[in-house]
Order: sequence, then structure tokens, then C-alpha cells
Amino acid sequence: MSAAVVEFLLRLGDDRLVLGHRLSEWCGHAPIVEEDIALANLALDCIGQASAWLELAGELEGRGRSADQLAFFRGPPEFRNCLLVEQPNGDFACTVVRQVLFDAVGANVLEQLSRSRDARIAAIAARALVEVRYHVRHGRDWWLRLGDGTEDSHLRMQHAVDELWPFGAELVASDEIDRSLAESAVGADLELARAASERELAGLFARTGLERPEPPPFPPSGGRQGKHGEQLDHLLSEMQSVARAHPGAQW
Amino acid sequence: MGARGRRGVRRKAAGVKKVARARAAPPPDTQWPPWEVFLQERSGAPHEHAGSVHAPDAELALQNARDTYARRGPVTSLWVVESRHISATTPEDSPSYLGPGPDKIYRHPRFYRGAKE
Repeated sequence: MSAAVVEFLLRLGDDRLVLGHRLSEWCGHAPIVEEDIALANLALDCIGQASAWLELAGELEGRGRSADQLAFFRGPPEFRNCLLVEQPNGDFACTVVRQVLFDAVGANVLEQLSRSRDARIAAIAARALVEVRYHVRHGRDWWLRLGDGTEDSHLRMQHAVDELWPFGAELVASDEIDRSLAESAVGADLELARAASERELAGLFARTGLERPEPPPFPPSGGRQGKHGEQLDHLLSEMQSVARAHPGAQW
Repeated sequence: MGARGRRGVRRKAAGVKKVARARAAPPPDTQWPPWEVFLQERSGAPHEHAGSVHAPDAELALQNARDTYARRGPVTSLWVVESRHISATTPEDSPSYLGPGPDKIYRHPRFYRGAKE
């Protein structure tokens, strides 16, 4: 049971750590300065949430690993994030679509976890949920404006949706760990999260002229087992370089 | 951002008497219009000018204001208004319009308070 909880927490933490790092790559490059600040805020929220999940994972693991050690001293095969969050930023439309797909599921997962039987999980989820409700609103506003904006913004959004859509399936694919933790009311029921994300996304598609792709016949997966794309190697080598060059450094 | 938007308001103010020329001129850049941001730090307190943001519409102006000005410290409420909707006095107005008249101190509320004591 405890090993399953640790694994579950690593998934939660790694999703947000990798997504937070991706968002932070926009810093200084966003289309306008206000959006630069907004993306940095989203990044900080994600990284803060990752830190809380990983700290709890390290504590329950019982091997004395802190959140920093888990973040900076594991290699790609040990990362449990879904493949969606490691996808490169692409253009701004890709970043928006990636965020919308992630939060459509993530917001519901956090909502369920805020009622977790484990009080520590419930507390972290409740704090994160306040932030993620804003992320949902931010993503929705951009989806609607770019999806129905100019011809260029519409084409870019459609391209982003087509590219990233297949990665959504992994977010709601449940395995033994998810199911057992959902049954014991510690974790979240991913079927409920799938239904909630379906409602959110159906609304977004209905309100724009964007075309919804068919469900992918063979959706990419493997992130939860540590099978990642090459892009995660690059992301981690940059993210971890300072901590690895100066192990134990304080700043 | 802040300083820039404030200039925007002043530019607009100074241009009040030159409307025709301003309309004929090409837009200065491709930026979204500036919005002025007012935030309230506690319930019942006045909304105070915090700075400005660029945004295509009111909803995104509120979002940008939230991200730019409301992330540090407590904020209970945000207002945004597109900068062009603010009318302002010009520097030339100041002497006759706003000057308190240093030689008419009896007009200062302080004068009466002093007199009572």
C-alpha cells in the first residue's frame, strides 16, 4: 500500500515539476510581458505543488530523500510524469493546448484528492486546487480567443490540438495503483476525471470552430513506467545541472 | 506595464486639444490598448491605482492585472478600466484649475481647524 502511495505521489509531483519547468522556459520569451508574468506564475504554482507532492513522497518512501533530491538526482527512467507535460513548448498555441489538456484532468483529480482519506494528501490538494482553478480560467480564455481569433491563431490552435490530443489519453489511463488507491478513497478515480475533462473540453470545442480529433488508436503511453521521449533527457539535464554541479549547495 | 501605461494616460491627457491630429496619425505600435489597474487591499478600503497592463479585452485585462499586481500581498478586489476612458487634466491646466492659491490660506480646511483651537 505504502509503495503504491509513493508511486502515486511521484506521478503527481513529476507531472507538475516537468510542466512547471517547461512553462519556466517561456520566461523572457512570451508574446507580451503580461503573459510572460502569467506563464511564470503558472510555472511557480506547478513547481510549488511538485515540491509538496515530492516531499510527501520522499517522507513516505522512508529512504531519507528530500523533494530536492527527488527532483535533481533521479534520471529520466525514474521520472513518472505523463508524456504530455514533457512535450516541448512549441508556439504559444501549443503551450496553451498542453496546459488546457493537463488542467482539464488535473483540476478534477485535485478536487477528488482534496477529499482524500489521507489528511496530508487532502491538504496539499486543497491548496493546489485554488491555484489550478485559475490555471483553468487562464487556459480557457486563451483557447477561446485564439481558437476564434485570426486565421493564423485558429490554424495554430488546430495544429496544436492535433499534435497534442493523442497525449491526453495517458492522463486518464488508470492502472492497478490508481484503482486500488481510488477504492480506498486515498487517490482519485480517473474515470470521474475523464468524464469531467470531457465536459470541459466539449464546452471549449463547442464554443470555437476548432475541430476535435478522433480518439487515437494507439495513444502514446509509458511515462508512468519511466519510458520517456528524448526531450525529457534534455529538459532534465538543464534543470538538474546546477544541483548536480554543486551537490548540497544552499541558495 | 506600469510606468509605460501611466505615460499613456498622460499622453492622452495632453492630446485632448489635438484630437484631429491624433486620429490621423498611424497607431504607435501593435500593442493591445493599455488598461489602468486599481486594487483594493482590504474590504472597505479605497481602490488605489497600481499601474497598468496591456490587454485585448476586459476579461484578459483583469487576468493580466491579477498576474502583474495581485500576486504579492493581500488583494480583495481589482478594477480595470481602459486608459482611454480616463479624462485627465493637462499640465497647463494646473495653475488655474488646481492651484490652491498660496495667498488664500483661508480656503484651506486646516485654517478653520486652527481657528477653533
